[in-house]
Amino acid sequence: MVSDRTALRRGLIHVANMVKLHPGPFVVAVAGAAVFAAGTVLSTVVLGRITDDVVLPTFETGEVPDGALRGGVLAIVAVTVLRVVGVVCRRFFAGMTSERVQMTLRHRLSDQYLALPLAWHQRVPAGQLLAHADNDAEVAVDVLHPLPFSLGVGFLAVFAAISIVAVDPLLASIAFLIFPALTALNRVYSSRIEKPAAEVQEGVGIVSSIAHESFDGALVVKTLGRSEHESRRFGAAVRELQANRVRVGFLRAAFESVMDVLPNLGIIVVLVIGIYRVDAGAVGPGDLVQVTALFTVLAFPMRVMGFFLESVPPSVVAHGRLEAVFDEPLPEPPPTYRRLPAGPLSLSASGVSFHYPGGPPVLDDVNLEVRPGEVVALVGSTGAGKSTLCNVLCGLLPLRSGVVRLGGVDIDDVDPIERTDNVALVFQESFLFADTLHANIDLTGRATPSEIHRVAEIARISQFVDGLPQRFDTVVGERGITLSGGQRQRVALARALIQSPRLLMLDDATSAVDARVEQQILARLRAELDTTTVIVAQRVSTIQLADRVLYMRDGTISASGTHAELLGHPGYAALVRAYEEAAR
Amino acid sequence: MTSTPYDTTSTEPPDDAMPTTSGATDGPGNVDDELAFGLDIEDDEAGSSEGALSVLRRGLRQSDELRQGLATTVGMGLSVAAGRLAIPVLLEQTINNGVLVDTGVDTGAVLRSAAVMSVVVIAAAFVSWLTQRRLVIRAEAGIANLRIAAFDKVHELSIADHNETRRGVLVSRVTSDAESLSRFAQWGLYSWTIDPTVILGTFCVLVWYSPWLALIVAVAYAPVIPTMRWLQVRQLAAYDLLRTRVGEMLAAFSEAVMGAAVVRAYGAEERTRDQLGRSIAARYRARIRANKYMAGVFVIGDLFGALAFVGVLVAGLAQRDAWGIGAGELIACLFLTTLLHGPIAELGETMDQTQTAVAGWRKILNLLDHPVDVAEADPGVSLDHGPVEVRAEHVTFAYRNAAPVVHDVSVTIPAGTNVAIVGETGSGKTTFAKLLCRLADPVGGTIRLNGVALGELSHAARLATVRMVPQDGFLFDTTIAENVRYGRPGATDAEVEQAFDRLDLDWWIAKLPDGLATKVGERGDNLSVGERQLVALARAALADPGLLILDEATSAVDPETDQALTTAIARLAVDRTLVSIAHRLATAEAADVILVFDAGRLVEQGAHADLVDDDGVYARLHRAWVGNTREVG
Repeated sequence: MVSDRTALRRGLIHVANMVKLHPGPFVVAVAGAAVFAAGTVLSTVVLGRITDDVVLPTFETGEVPDGALRGGVLAIVAVTVLRVVGVVCRRFFAGMTSERVQMTLRHRLSDQYLALPLAWHQRVPAGQLLAHADNDAEVAVDVLHPLPFSLGVGFLAVFAAISIVAVDPLLASIAFLIFPALTALNRVYSSRIEKPAAEVQEGVGIVSSIAHESFDGALVVKTLGRSEHESRRFGAAVRELQANRVRVGFLRAAFESVMDVLPNLGIIVVLVIGIYRVDAGAVGPGDLVQVTALFTVLAFPMRVMGFFLESVPPSVVAHGRLEAVFDEPLPEPPPTYRRLPAGPLSLSASGVSFHYPGGPPVLDDVNLEVRPGEVVALVGSTGAGKSTLCNVLCGLLPLRSGVVRLGGVDIDDVDPIERTDNVALVFQESFLFADTLHANIDLTGRATPSEIHRVAEIARISQFVDGLPQRFDTVVGERGITLSGGQRQRVALARALIQSPRLLMLDDATSAVDARVEQQILARLRAELDTTTVIVAQRVSTIQLADRVLYMRDGTISASGTHAELLGHPGYAALVRAYEEAAR
Repeated sequence: MTSTPYDTTSTEPPDDAMPTTSGATDGPGNVDDELAFGLDIEDDEAGSSEGALSVLRRGLRQSDELRQGLATTVGMGLSVAAGRLAIPVLLEQTINNGVLVDTGVDTGAVLRSAAVMSVVVIAAAFVSWLTQRRLVIRAEAGIANLRIAAFDKVHELSIADHNETRRGVLVSRVTSDAESLSRFAQWGLYSWTIDPTVILGTFCVLVWYSPWLALIVAVAYAPVIPTMRWLQVRQLAAYDLLRTRVGEMLAAFSEAVMGAAVVRAYGAEERTRDQLGRSIAARYRARIRANKYMAGVFVIGDLFGALAFVGVLVAGLAQRDAWGIGAGELIACLFLTTLLHGPIAELGETMDQTQTAVAGWRKILNLLDHPVDVAEADPGVSLDHGPVEVRAEHVTFAYRNAAPVVHDVSVTIPAGTNVAIVGETGSGKTTFAKLLCRLADPVGGTIRLNGVALGELSHAARLATVRMVPQDGFLFDTTIAENVRYGRPGATDAEVEQAFDRLDLDWWIAKLPDGLATKVGERGDNLSVGERQLVALARAALADPGLLILDEATSAVDPETDQALTTAIARLAVDRTLVSIAHRLATAEAADVILVFDAGRLVEQGAHADLVDDDGVYARLHRAWVGNTREVG
């Protein structure tokens, strides 16, 4: 019982919170519903008056009373206009309320998705986040559609109820037994539907996740001929969702049918009890007819109320899923941000460790020191933790322990905006947005065309961009798929250069660029940029461009020195000289 | 509907041919290219002239579940409609004959009527309950099958279609668009059955009272049909736009989420927030536009109902003698006219739901009807197990409406050879490799495996014979073992382990605390790019293909591991044909034959030593490579 009550309370709180977001259109919708209800009541009055004042006199006198007829027709037109205006207002503004609330929820989601740290995104499947933005937001506001109508016709119900009490309190008290019945019914329904409704929302999320992942890996699925397997995986999730939806559908069907039958049974009960009351002389036959008619009027709001009650539990469930995202804690900013010093930035790490949630340590007690303006190569075998270290040094991943200092300032004390303005990391896998090349290079929209041309020159993309009909306004496909790997990497590099970073980190960022071009790019970077540079490198020629080499092994820096010095280190020599050795 | 006969596999379109390679990059302005930009899947406004009925027909053809049992459902719906009609009639009868009689109330008669009414009410509710359950089962089965069919179809699409269609849009086809059908399938079918029945029944009673007045009602309501048709066309267009906007919104969300690292590293939050905000607002505007019709369509019953009412009233009074109408009949007819409002308004509502469903349905059906660029041979020829001879005969390939990327390549690769393909970025080498595993079909010429044209090979035979390891080591969000098993379903953990052993990668697995059971994260994000490539290679090692194609499959691993892999792969390549696209020329040095591509043409072929001596394209590439891997000075 207690849990049922809290379920209903949660539902009402949920509804109140939603409405509070956009009360304006909601009020108009309720007013529209009230006008419609009034119009409906008036139309029965008009029907009665036309019967008494127009139809019956005509047949009694043999003359059509023109004045009364004209009045009747006008009244019909007026009542119709009232109803039409009411309906249109109610439906349009009820829709607007729920759509505005939906829009607000989506804006909040998008803010939250952008504010939450990268580690969170690595944990939650993309398809799940899409399901929140689509289906969950939609179902969360489902309840707002029937609500204005329910409230609006509430006036009708009150009007009808008062009239019934005025006619015969005893008959009324019997008639009103329907309300506790309704409440009990709703309780049973709410408690039963909550679990399957939750499973449906979850199921939609799972279906969306599988689809997103599977379509993302379409090339692999194709080359491995795994489409049947994928179909089975997707199919299992769809069947699970189907089963849960059928369960929800069955519960709804039962609730619907009982909701349908209750008012009708009520009328019959009123009629049966009423006939004894008439027999006893407590009420007149006309009174009974009126109560029956009023009860028919009452049936309509109850039906509408049913629609509302029906949509409450799924809405609460869907909104709960959104709230879980909203309640996800954001990283705490420090009380005050500290400014970075001028010029190229130094970089240091001491005792830095990192692991993915539930995973093994990827970084283990990393200590390093890069002086301002220095060019350092980060070298290590596959899986040594180079990319993770780059992410951690840039503040993209949280430290599990240790300190990273940027220009001597703890990276956690640096304003993220200042950090991203001054530190640029070029990823190993370049991600381009489905937008113009211009927008992809200038993500913050602050660069001038001449700056874009300058970095395009350095990143060696001018030539191919000049060959495009729309040059920098050319739109690339999702993830930059319409460009070659080498082109993508060079656009990503230009993106990093546009902000004149004071610390530039290249995570094997030119691996798909032809060796000769790569050399030219890196040499120019050295010559023209006043920046500290960390390059994750494989090729000896790239390593030799660096002032110093950090040799990384098993998640930690195992040696540091010039290339020549490190060649004495057995692991290092074997790693970087592998091709040379093989050629001998 | 535009279809291009040629498939593009443009993960690596050529560097310098870029200006003419892809319609996708040309943006708006060029009509032909616009059409070539996967319009059928992304945004099919070209097809939105198709009527709702035609979509319904196509849709019902597609979904057996919805078609089957339609008759039973209609039958049950009819009985529910009869129940609905019966109750007001019975009520009226009871009141007139039991309560409002001159001889005083007839308790017995009322009780008898009450009993009959109870039975009818309960029976109608029971039938309605059964009908709804039935509809739920059918509808959910139909939607589930449609989702699965759409999902399967997405995997049948060519790589070109995938490149040109955003993930979020494809996801919306199997989620949001399918969802939009649900309400219609449950309520729409139901009310399409009940409401016309109630309308027709009411009208019959009207005719029985007075055919003339019935005629007036019919005439007054007649404009409902053209009005609804007029509205329906606009509604459908509005809902179609809405479905498009939903797809675009999901695409924007998908991009923001997938690009989370770039967004954070570059402080691009504002830009992304703007784009998401715009797509959310565009969806809202499309929805509000559809809402206008949703709000309007409901009042049709009221508007024409008032007309009918006035018509009956005025004509009934004027012609009462000519048509022989009494007061009671006129009042009854007026009452019946008002009874028509409800179901006609409901029908308007149903119309709205129908258009929502039709818009989503059409998007899915258009996806299902999208032509498949690479059609599988059925039944197709099978191949014997063992190394495969590859013969390319005048093979030419071009991206859509563009200059050829692979130009008249003829070469024979004897069975069991180890071949390296080299060339600068954009020389067409990756495209050629993709043609070998039929990710696309050549525009001209033929590729034959053991003499059988690739297009005639059965799907199963091709999968068993040809295996390609792409550069992008995409992993599924599960364990390493599961990901490797993708290479050969049903392989045991021991076999998976062996695959790593054969590649001399046991050290790497041993390093992972959970070993093969290590979870890789979404897309394999918990592993480095190089590590992902190791898993992709293990997949290939687990299979036993006659032709193994490696497309820069070790581009991100360190030199030492790369060298070790080269040796291991050479071992693996015994008794099979190996084609490696080599970014690092160390691979080429070890190959039996090197094919050198330049600007889409096969310009040199031969062994390493000979090609170096020839001092051509290869020699130049090799010098650059040596310079990069050796210390200067």
